[in-house]
Amino acid sequence: MAKTRSWRWSLPALLLAGQAHATGSQFNMTPGVTDISQRVYDLHMTIFWICCAIGLVVFTAMFVSIILHRKSRGVEPATFHESTKVEIIWTAIPVLILIVMAIPATKVLIAMEDTSDSDVTVLITGSQWRWHYEYLDYNIDYFSILATPRGQIEGRLPKGDNYLLEVDRPLVIPTGKKIRFLMTSDDVIHSWWVPAFAIKKDTNPGFINEAWTMVNEPGIYRGQCAELCGMDHGFMPIVVIAKEPEDFAIWVEQEEARIAAIREEEQRLLALRMDIDEQMALGERVYLAHCAACHQPSGEGLPPMFPALKANRVTTEDRAEHIKVMVDGRPGTSMASFARQLSLRELTSVITYTRNAWGNDTGDVVQAVEVYEYMQGKGE
Amino acid sequence: MSTVTTADQHDAHHDHKPTGIKRWLFTTNHKDIGSLYLMFALAMFFLGGAMAMVIRLELFQPGLQFVDPQFFNQMTTMHGLIMVFGAVMPAFTGLANWMIPMMIGAPDMALPRMNNWSFWILPFAFLILIISMFLPGGGPDFGWTFYAPLSTTYSNDSTALFVFSVHIMGISSIMGAINVIVTIVNMRAPGMTWMKLPLFVWTWLITAFLLIMVMPVLAGVVTMVLTDKYFATSFFDAAGGGDPVLFQHIFWFFGHPEVYIMILPAFGIVSAIVPTFARKKLFGYASMVYATASIAILSFLVWAHHMFTTGMPVFATLFFMYTTMLIAVPTGVKVFNWVATMWRGAMTFEVPMMFALAFIVLFTIGGLSGVMLAITPADFQYHDTYFVVAHFHYVLVSGAVFSIVAAVYYWLPKWTGHMYDEKLGQLHFWCSLISVNLLFFPMHFVGLAGMPRRIPDYALQFADFNAFVSVGGFLFGLSQLIFLWVVIKCARGGEKAPAKPWEGAEGLEWEVPSPAPYHTFDTPPEIK
Repeated sequence: MAKTRSWRWSLPALLLAGQAHATGSQFNMTPGVTDISQRVYDLHMTIFWICCAIGLVVFTAMFVSIILHRKSRGVEPATFHESTKVEIIWTAIPVLILIVMAIPATKVLIAMEDTSDSDVTVLITGSQWRWHYEYLDYNIDYFSILATPRGQIEGRLPKGDNYLLEVDRPLVIPTGKKIRFLMTSDDVIHSWWVPAFAIKKDTNPGFINEAWTMVNEPGIYRGQCAELCGMDHGFMPIVVIAKEPEDFAIWVEQEEARIAAIREEEQRLLALRMDIDEQMALGERVYLAHCAACHQPSGEGLPPMFPALKANRVTTEDRAEHIKVMVDGRPGTSMASFARQLSLRELTSVITYTRNAWGNDTGDVVQAVEVYEYMQGKGE
Repeated sequence: MSTVTTADQHDAHHDHKPTGIKRWLFTTNHKDIGSLYLMFALAMFFLGGAMAMVIRLELFQPGLQFVDPQFFNQMTTMHGLIMVFGAVMPAFTGLANWMIPMMIGAPDMALPRMNNWSFWILPFAFLILIISMFLPGGGPDFGWTFYAPLSTTYSNDSTALFVFSVHIMGISSIMGAINVIVTIVNMRAPGMTWMKLPLFVWTWLITAFLLIMVMPVLAGVVTMVLTDKYFATSFFDAAGGGDPVLFQHIFWFFGHPEVYIMILPAFGIVSAIVPTFARKKLFGYASMVYATASIAILSFLVWAHHMFTTGMPVFATLFFMYTTMLIAVPTGVKVFNWVATMWRGAMTFEVPMMFALAFIVLFTIGGLSGVMLAITPADFQYHDTYFVVAHFHYVLVSGAVFSIVAAVYYWLPKWTGHMYDEKLGQLHFWCSLISVNLLFFPMHFVGLAGMPRRIPDYALQFADFNAFVSVGGFLFGLSQLIFLWVVIKCARGGEKAPAKPWEGAEGLEWEVPSPAPYHTFDTPPEIK
């Protein structure tokens, strides 16, 4: 049954693939949209053609020999088996070719590593399996997660143009400014890769790496995590939107306002009582977006790495522990803290949802104030 | 190069060996142990291959169809571990067991009981590894490179079994390597001076030194993973003062020489086959030996080229870029020497020669993409994409595996006493050659276009190539069934093979009858 369903979607998938090509070559590295990426591309093409030339010489000699020097043509084998002169020549020539390659490579590398005099700094934090962006110059930070619906991945819905390369909140940067990226991780090693900028840098837990870019053209640039980081390594894309500086300034203003509004709403929420239906509806949406990858839509998890939430002691009995795990995460496991990632409203709803879904039926309706008090209590 | 003065015909008479399973369990005979290694490697090749088929099936089209991402990761991990430690390395050890004593005129390996032991712990190592997949939570899923902390804090409990299994594999390799070194150093026939050694013996000697130097490093790093996970050490955990990148430095200090462990014996095989079928002495024997030694020494100075994106200082990055590029020089010398050996020879194209020629072309392609990968700024774009997958499969499949297959065809008449079926062999060759390129060549393109490796699902612009690659993969897998058939058929019967079935072959192994008697060179031959 599952097989027939997946086959049915293969045709539209292949057709859509044709449209997606417009953004970059299907055969070659992208020249990208920065001076550095252009230089990397040029370097790549130079060494590519040198390698082709070497291959051509070697393979020509080999195939000429295969065609001419075969026993079936009645040739007598020669007896030479060494020549110091020839051997010195074909040791020296590759050395020269390598030096020719090494000089531009060194120059580009040194330029890539110079992160001084930046205009904007963004701290990128990888975690399983989402990116967190924090603008050190502004009051802005947010998570960026895969926006492709599960239905498209499982073949129940037709796949969109940007299948697996779309996120809920992209990173936004200004064009023509030097952006410095600081990179770290909350759990395992990830690698932040945007081909159009020629940046691929590992995010190491407990350490900070640096990279920089200056984008010339406004546009949307997509990338992916490039270091195996566990189960959903293939599902943590990167989307960067480069805007003109004026548009970027507007975005910063709106984003700061949005984040302030969320904080305000949180305060209002504390006085409010949400009913169970509202919480269940929102909770289910949050659960499917943030929790279902590990704990599964059925709540049965993938034990022992990802425990079942269905009929789990924490989700059915220990309410305080449940809130604690959601807010703090479980150190040393893949269970991250969701305190910053979800709004108070989302956090509350998803707790209520898991306490009532899949036959957990505790009847508990958790309220925002309860979660908030735990978070505050921790702060003191 | 060498002639034998004593005949060995009488050897066949003292063939007193136990029969049945006991013969194989208790054998200390280098030929039996060689056969065991080779059969084990073939079984593992098909098992690892079956896992590759699962990977290609899932990647045939975008979306998740057949396996979940966690199982997919187990498949990529196990495929890598099984192919590296279960197929390629034991196959080379099997060839070493069979051929080195016969090539140097020794009656057996120097340490026959250890030889038995080094083989027989291997099946248990892999049994443990495979069983771990059936534990709750599944087997290792952190890639064959098991980067910390994914393999420590964030792994499941099969990690303990994985560590144990790798330890056993390491012990097996080290024992095998000690045996090879002791045999070559002490048991050469009178007159078999160092610069008369066949190149297969030379390359294996150097490989064995590499093994002894790096397998303990692997044992160290898996032990650190174990203690980090279960005994609260913090080698790779920044929270306790450790460093996750330290793991990669240690792993690749093992891992890069390991790459050459899997290719140096291949150079030896090709250096035996090409002169035979070109009917002309190997060009530049001495420079081949020196090139092999240079590659081995350089292999200890290049490990961090696997780690250009980890954020090393510029100076270190430049150092590793330059040393990596240098490896192209001795490797180039080898390729040029092979071409020069063919030049003005009188070639024929039996199956071993076909695989050896394909090796030279395809390994060179893999070598050239290796030079591209050495260029750090470009490597930032290539790293961890399918471009890398294409590169190392060119050197490992159409390199190492093709050389092993060539060696099997080349020495099969000596082992079984029968000629293999040339027509089927040629069919196997052409099917393999075409499908291996369908399989791995397009990976260069998807990699350059931006597809990361180790992902179970991908964006739509990679769909066409992936479907193509998967078809190539299935064809390559099927083609190997022909190989299995050829080998079984040859073992069961066929045209009688003469002592020296190849007109241009040189070396002591061709002086003994085919099939090689159970005991050869009880009296050392004298090399003039």
